[in-house]
Amino acid sequence: MSAVIEEHHDHHDHKPTGIGRWLFSTNHKDIGTMYLWFSFLMFFIGGTLALVIRAELFEPGLQFVEPEFFNQMTTLHGLIMVFGVIMPAFVGLANWMVPMMIGAPDMALPRMNNWSFWLLPGAFGILIASLIMSIMGMGSAPNFGWTFYAPLSTTYGPASTDYFIFSVHLMGISSIMGSINIIATIMNMRAPGMTYMKMPIFVWTWFITAYLLIAVMPVLAGAVTMMLTDRNFGTSFFNAAGGGDPVMFQHIFWFFGHPEVYIMILPSFGIISEIVPTFARKKIFGYSSMVYATASIAFLSFIVWAHHMFTTGMPVAGELFFMYATMLIAVPTGVKVFNWVSTMWKGSMTFETPMLFAIAFIFLFTIGGFTGLMLCITPADFQYHDTYFVVAHFHYVLVTGAAFGIMAGVYFWLPKWTGNMYDETLGKWHFWTSVISVNVLFFPMHFVGLAGMPRRIPDYSLQFAEFNAMASVGAFAFGFCQLIFLYNVIKTARGKTSVKATGQVWEGAHGLEWTLPSPAPFHSFTTPPQVK
Amino acid sequence: MIAAMRVAGLLGLMLLSGESLADYQLNMVPGVTEFSQGAYEIHTMVMWICVVIGIVVFGAMIYSIINHRKSKGAVAADFHESTTLEIIWTIIPFVILIVMAIPATKVLLAMEDVSGTEMSVKVTGYQWKWHYDYNVGEKAEEISFFSNITTPDSLSIATSGNVVKGDNYLTDVDNRMIIPTDTKVRLLFTSNDVIHAWWLPQFGVKKDAIPGFINESWISVPEPGIYRGKCAELCGTNHGFMPIVVEALSKEDYAAWVDGQKSAAAEVAASASKTWSKADLMAKGEQVYATFCAGCHQANGEGLPNVFPGLKGSAVATGDISKHLDVVFNGVAGTAMQAFGGQLNDVDMAAVVTYERNAWGNDVGDMAQPSDVKAMR
Repeated sequence: MSAVIEEHHDHHDHKPTGIGRWLFSTNHKDIGTMYLWFSFLMFFIGGTLALVIRAELFEPGLQFVEPEFFNQMTTLHGLIMVFGVIMPAFVGLANWMVPMMIGAPDMALPRMNNWSFWLLPGAFGILIASLIMSIMGMGSAPNFGWTFYAPLSTTYGPASTDYFIFSVHLMGISSIMGSINIIATIMNMRAPGMTYMKMPIFVWTWFITAYLLIAVMPVLAGAVTMMLTDRNFGTSFFNAAGGGDPVMFQHIFWFFGHPEVYIMILPSFGIISEIVPTFARKKIFGYSSMVYATASIAFLSFIVWAHHMFTTGMPVAGELFFMYATMLIAVPTGVKVFNWVSTMWKGSMTFETPMLFAIAFIFLFTIGGFTGLMLCITPADFQYHDTYFVVAHFHYVLVTGAAFGIMAGVYFWLPKWTGNMYDETLGKWHFWTSVISVNVLFFPMHFVGLAGMPRRIPDYSLQFAEFNAMASVGAFAFGFCQLIFLYNVIKTARGKTSVKATGQVWEGAHGLEWTLPSPAPFHSFTTPPQVK
Repeated sequence: MIAAMRVAGLLGLMLLSGESLADYQLNMVPGVTEFSQGAYEIHTMVMWICVVIGIVVFGAMIYSIINHRKSKGAVAADFHESTTLEIIWTIIPFVILIVMAIPATKVLLAMEDVSGTEMSVKVTGYQWKWHYDYNVGEKAEEISFFSNITTPDSLSIATSGNVVKGDNYLTDVDNRMIIPTDTKVRLLFTSNDVIHAWWLPQFGVKKDAIPGFINESWISVPEPGIYRGKCAELCGTNHGFMPIVVEALSKEDYAAWVDGQKSAAAEVAASASKTWSKADLMAKGEQVYATFCAGCHQANGEGLPNVFPGLKGSAVATGDISKHLDVVFNGVAGTAMQAFGGQLNDVDMAAVVTYERNAWGNDVGDMAQPSDVKAMR
């Protein structure tokens, strides 16, 4: 074994060149980079669809798109943002950072790593092909919402539903392989002395997230497989006329779907838990309670799924169980927020862009958490369910939560990846424009939702007009200020910024990844570091 | 542009005075029933608890951000754990949750108690209209009707501009659901096609209408009045255009309405046995088409490309009339074309088929009579 390592030393940093470097890559950094760029591309595509939605909702009446196309927009916006942006971005960050944080040379299963990435362009190519065909007048793209409830998606689904099913299968295989890889890496490749309770929190959150993915992605695959046979082979899993059960679809979907929402937030918790101590120059408060809180949230995520289904006519005992279980999530989530605040308390803080995004995350994610607590109260949920209040809630946790966490992480680690400091002035511009516009975009949605505006409608009554117009203005502002982010990343990656990054990058940075030079060498740790 | 000015105006108003905002509803409606008021109270309580927690947590953060910054010379302390603190901030939220759970449970249990109802109405969701059926329960009233949006022009870009946008824009229907006041009415929900959700904010009732299932809820409305709601579950293309309007009448007025419905039903039955003129069939057919067909095939008969086929010049609408009647009566399996045999009476069915064969330049010239439809049953 050691001979092999010696031999590799000779080829240190001899990268393959040309397109082959990317197509056949087994390098965790190159694959991580591809995941992140893929996610970035999808972010702009999914964002464009959101702007179509907001343009249509700017004024009452129909102006730009027919209701049928509007439904395709909401569906693909949701699918692309969930499966094409948040999840690949997290896997990209894990690819880059997990081996460096645990002192490993690469991921445990590098060839599988290549395959799990390269399935994604295929999966989204198929999904986006259905949209292109729709625009070209060759049938409808998926139009049943990202939750694809049967029978709207089965008996009544457009022909492109089969494209959608195949696409989801590919995404599922990709996610499962990615998470197996992350678990294998964390279990087997930690540096000597790095016990589980010494792992960085980001590694912990991803470790738990990977288990969630392995547990629930097969459930999603099962759901879409049943759709496939219902649609094409005459089965009736979800068709009441054939003895099937449309509500069972929702149980299966949300058994996947609720853990999925934690899959989309736990890695961000990890990123924030790395950033806050760095810029507060103080160790994370309550390390072990942070780990236990993450594990508790993961466990609870499996027993709360039917809170998405209070209006389906569950027995009252079921409604009470799912209300109480959901309320419990507030406890470990609260612990995390309190620990972040305590980490900041009596620190010595500076406010570079990653810290600004992290602080905004704590404020705005907490607002999303509060509305989540309101939503779990069953009798009140009867009024909130399927309204813009829910839309506001999950955009606060997914945009100002998950996506802000990713942006914070990109600014935090970009100097390590590229060897160059990003442009701090542009970073601050990006932050302030984003944080203002995102609130103009999503905060008014609470009001229209409470006032009675259902979600997924292309036109609305006049009493909702003002706040919808305001949200649309915020949406366009938020969308366009992401171009600052894109420009800043490209500028940094191409080395056009004046400042070169040191190995440690940030004054308060601790951890193995900061012991490597910047940019990090192609093979991270060829000799394992000793962790005391 | 107008909307942009409204936004500017609204922002201005927010700065100037809170009162001017009264026209824009910011909060949940308290509503008129026990449910909706229960939901409103618990919503208000939980919201204020969240606000207080928010003030404490955000206050601590803001204090820390202002005072514990390096530029002010702050030096980092080195505390990083406290089991006591962790236990405190686990237990306090837990207690707060119990405080929320107790009233929530009480309200929920009352809502789910459907015992002792005095009458029942069955609500069936269709793409994209509601059907109300008073034909259930012990006091069968034999009243049954569809409830459609009054402005089918709202459904596409080309015609949306023709719709006058007033106070009840998108929330008016042709036939309201009528209920008596101070009566415990049981509502039964089901669907003919996909999942819909019947939501009336003023009653605090939102229940899914699911094919193959019957869900139930109940309402008891104290005051006569008109109450408006919408379908809340994505149910396909025109999900945004299936409003709900319930009118509560005093018990006397309700009894009069029931009598009126019964005599109207008798008239319809009588008209089915006579032979109709083509002009009458066309006039009737246009109304029926707007209610039942225009949602998919569009008012101009051109359908939606690649989604719903057009009828203008189509093989079915210009071909053999018995085949045309068969398609409308029995639907087309595996497509969105429903079987309208159970939804339309003999007159409506004959009228709409006649209309489709002679409108938009189809000009086939023949017509169907109610007796032709009767023969199919």
